[in-house]
Amino acid sequence: MEFAFTQEQEMIRDTAAAFLKDASTSAAIRAAMESDLGYSPELWQRICAEMYWQALHIPEEYGGMGLGYVELVAVLEQMGRYLLCSPYLATVGMATNALLIAASDSQKAAILPQLIEGKTATVAFNGGRSVWDASAVTATYRRESNEFTLNGDYRYVLDGHSADYLILAAREEGSRGDEGLSLFVCAGDSAGIQRSRLATMDQSRRQATIQLKDLRLPESSVMGELGTGAKPLAKILDLATIALAAEQAGGMQQILDITVDYTKSRSQFGRTIAGFQAIKHKAADMMLRNEVARSAVYYAACVADDALCAGPLASELAEAASIAKSYCSEGYFKNTGEALQMHGGVGFTWEYDVHLYFKRAKASEHFLGSSSYHRERVAVMLLDTAC
Amino acid sequence: MKLQFSPQDEAFRSEIAGWLADNLVGEFAQLKFRGGPGDEHMFPEERKRWERKLAEGGWTCVGWPQEYGGRGLPIEQQVIFFEEYARAGAPGRMGHIGEGLTGPTLIAFGSEEQKKKYLPGVLAGTEFWCQGYSEPSAGSDLANVKTKARFDEASGKWIVNGQKVWTSLAHESEYCFVIARTDPDSKAHKGLGFFLIKMDQPGVTVRPIEQITGTSEFNEVFFDDAECDASDIVGLPGEGWKVAMGLLGYERGVSTLGQQMAFQNEFNEVVALAKENGAAQDPVIRQRLADAHIGLKIMRYNSMRMLSGNSGDGSLQKEALIYKLYWATWHRDLGELAMDILGAEADILLDAPYELNRLQSLFLFTRSDTIYGGTNQIQRNIIAERGLGMPKELRPPQN
Repeated sequence: MEFAFTQEQEMIRDTAAAFLKDASTSAAIRAAMESDLGYSPELWQRICAEMYWQALHIPEEYGGMGLGYVELVAVLEQMGRYLLCSPYLATVGMATNALLIAASDSQKAAILPQLIEGKTATVAFNGGRSVWDASAVTATYRRESNEFTLNGDYRYVLDGHSADYLILAAREEGSRGDEGLSLFVCAGDSAGIQRSRLATMDQSRRQATIQLKDLRLPESSVMGELGTGAKPLAKILDLATIALAAEQAGGMQQILDITVDYTKSRSQFGRTIAGFQAIKHKAADMMLRNEVARSAVYYAACVADDALCAGPLASELAEAASIAKSYCSEGYFKNTGEALQMHGGVGFTWEYDVHLYFKRAKASEHFLGSSSYHRERVAVMLLDTAC
Repeated sequence: MKLQFSPQDEAFRSEIAGWLADNLVGEFAQLKFRGGPGDEHMFPEERKRWERKLAEGGWTCVGWPQEYGGRGLPIEQQVIFFEEYARAGAPGRMGHIGEGLTGPTLIAFGSEEQKKKYLPGVLAGTEFWCQGYSEPSAGSDLANVKTKARFDEASGKWIVNGQKVWTSLAHESEYCFVIARTDPDSKAHKGLGFFLIKMDQPGVTVRPIEQITGTSEFNEVFFDDAECDASDIVGLPGEGWKVAMGLLGYERGVSTLGQQMAFQNEFNEVVALAKENGAAQDPVIRQRLADAHIGLKIMRYNSMRMLSGNSGDGSLQKEALIYKLYWATWHRDLGELAMDILGAEADILLDAPYELNRLQSLFLFTRSDTIYGGTNQIQRNIIAERGLGMPKELRPPQN
């Protein structure tokens, strides 16, 4: 048993930290926030060409690095820490996983190399309710000989307004729940797709609405066997959930560091406020939540690795994802709230970065399911079986 | 990262599980799930016999080096041992102070004579120890110890006077290790000694303290001219702090890592209760049960992180700082949850005058988890100061 990063994984993490500290500065984040795209295309190209993070867990046969989810999590943690504005979570944490899990060989061979070159992608599935599983899918498809016609709306689509490729979840007209679900992959600018950026409180990540109006797709766009998309969709969402939790854990580290540094530099009543027990105890609780979040994420990453290659822990995926997300969601938001309080008035200003983390924490808390949503998922596994 | 245990570790798991299944029978069957925190006063004689049984099987002191009679097990297998022990419902260990604290301390700091004299009784499960640290005015502030030890040239013995408190199982122990001031003019952590004191002697009085649970497993211990041989001080007079601190490292280390399986047993009982009485349908209770389950799972991941890359010497990594605060709070919350699932029934006792059921005992006793071994507040100071480099608490000027 070795529940720690290997030297190679540490190197990947440290390289990511060094790169992002330099590239995702407060000024860079703010510039990206103000742009329509939501990220810097130059920085994205640098990430793809120099760092190769988009290729980390794509198998070598498609031109990827063939590494695993632990490596991915090591990088995602640093992205969350430095609040990187990028389409990484959408492209790698969602769409790449969807392709790896559900796509045919020819779909993989056609699209994965393009993603490695820097094209972006995302997954659209949620019709707008606060549920994050197959039952959230309201868009429909209708088969007409060798073609499909899709109609419906999606909300909360990460980078949906700009992604080069869309993976769309839709259900056969009249189907419910896990039945009749299918995944389709298509170009983001296909005729019949209307996309518009949503204005968001957390400006560091873009969300969009997508409307399908008689979108016509060929049979080759269907991922996997028609009508059996619920299981792969669940797996895709669990993997995305773990990716997001890794970001959250990274954000917790940075907000802790920023805050402890601030309390050491700020004097009141003749002492640095870091010496006051009321401050120290808040910081201690923040560190506890941060370390605990990390344990949950690393464990989930190991499970995700197994889930991608049918390892012994594969069956734990849903539980591990819910454990990580429920803990990280609440922990990240609590920590950023405490950080704001410990910064006092300056924490409330636009000029300081605290609010960027505070807003990211709240947005990430609800995306892919809140703490209580994931606790209920765990409760079902724990309680709704025979005594 | 790799989460699986090795085939050797799994073979070891089968071995200990098998031994427990074969031996936790007959007169020992009644000890299953007994003798844990809040229940430590129960079945002392039977549990002492169980300790001897364990020793015969070679299952005492499994982490001690082989040269001192232990198995020298790697840290993973120690955890497996503790896990399987708790999973089987094997009884609370009477010998845990001797095994987890006295032994490692003597192995690290004791003389050859002390090792020869004291280690075999711990290994054999025949001699039991208690811990004489806390005093009425020295809890976490151990440097405030007032118990005195004076060397009497005429008899060649140390003469000990003072009072200790919260001494678990003092009434069942052959020996107590005691921190006492060897230099009467010294302050704080200077001038202390670490003594090995025989309990069965005229100058030692043990008085049970009745707890919130109505039971007594802690005691007050009074030393009135109690004697201690010159050869029974560990380290030099005045260096007791170093020895005591080394020992606390062990207390916070490996010896706490097997408890999660015992927590799992308790949690399973709470879940079964909720399913049985319908509370599992209450949305708020569901959330709290799921939260407790999540908390326990992560407790395991935390310790797996602590253990990984560990040098195996009982020292722990930085994330270990959070461990006590985390588990103590989790366990306290479990006690509250158990009561809330019981509802009005939580108040009804098994019998008069004050016989608690297991969950009532859990609820009351777990309030001590966030106090002993350093309160949650002390733990937060430790985390902030050692983990985050924040300023230390103000201390009175020291001479």
